[in-house]
Amino acid sequence: MSDQGFEWHRRSDLAPGDQEQRGVGLKLIGYLTGLGLAVILTATSFFVASTDLVWEPSIPVAIIVLAIAQMGVHLVFFLHITTGPDNTNNVLALAFGLLIVFLVIAGSLWIMANLNHNMLPMDQIMRMQR
Amino acid sequence: MTETTFDHAHGDPNRLRGMQDVVAAHEGPAPKRIVTGYGFWIFLLSDIVMFSCFFAAYAVLLGNTAGGPKGSELFDLRNVAVETGCLLLSSFTCGMASIAAKARNRLYFQLAMAVTCVLGLAFLAIEGREFAALVMRGDGPSRSAFLSAFFTLVGCHGLHVSAGILWLLTMMAQVFAKGFRADIERRFLCFALFWHALDIIWVAVFSVVYLLGSAS
Repeated sequence: MSDQGFEWHRRSDLAPGDQEQRGVGLKLIGYLTGLGLAVILTATSFFVASTDLVWEPSIPVAIIVLAIAQMGVHLVFFLHITTGPDNTNNVLALAFGLLIVFLVIAGSLWIMANLNHNMLPMDQIMRMQR
Repeated sequence: MTETTFDHAHGDPNRLRGMQDVVAAHEGPAPKRIVTGYGFWIFLLSDIVMFSCFFAAYAVLLGNTAGGPKGSELFDLRNVAVETGCLLLSSFTCGMASIAAKARNRLYFQLAMAVTCVLGLAFLAIEGREFAALVMRGDGPSRSAFLSAFFTLVGCHGLHVSAGILWLLTMMAQVFAKGFRADIERRFLCFALFWHALDIIWVAVFSVVYLLGSAS
């Protein structure tokens, strides 16, 4: 009886890292796909960083885009966070976490750049202290 | 009692004896596995938020080298590529271990975990060597604000990997001694999440610190 109840829950909710009931082969293919995509993305970003073939100002943007793509690959294929209805709680928590991460990083950079911009040059500060 | 429930109760009296109907009508609390995994996921996200603070500090202090070396003069990208390969492969073998745990295969589980452990130790060894070389040359964390932020960020990730390896070894011992009990499986689920999350943070580290640092 309790087994049936357990099975019923299994179909309705997933822990992060959980997968739906699938065979070993399918799971293996999932991890292999994730590994392959991650290797391709990593190799591309190392290549972009060390080559002269790419237009230089575009390199930082390319690296950041590749990094975000790779994090997505890791989330989907390794941590099994998907957009399915059984994953709503996990995705909502992730979205909140991303919001905080964005606020912390973008906010710090913005505020500190502003302060740097408004600060007197170092030699002038020295002169005022004399 | 409404008309519908009355109808339902008399529609199929036999089904009322089974638990299925009761379970289907009231979901009840989620099983422990779901709750544990979700709680650990929240912890991981808070860990990521903490790392984002270190990333913010690093980005702000990037230019404050105090006359010392810049990132592009310090980083050896080949080292970083090997480190990345180690961690990525270890994430994959950790996935293999979770497949083996689902299939209740002890031999493959211990094998995959052992490979994961070796790859993690290789990562730590390379990182330790890099840190030691930097400190020997006098470019330790006290050299400039940039280097302080660098050592804090990358070292914090390294500490997480060390803790992960300790946890990995205890998981191997627990499965060896107690088998795939339900509570052990929950612990392993949390460990696998932790290990994969470390890899995600490393993606951010090698992109932002090493690749962007040596590109600029």
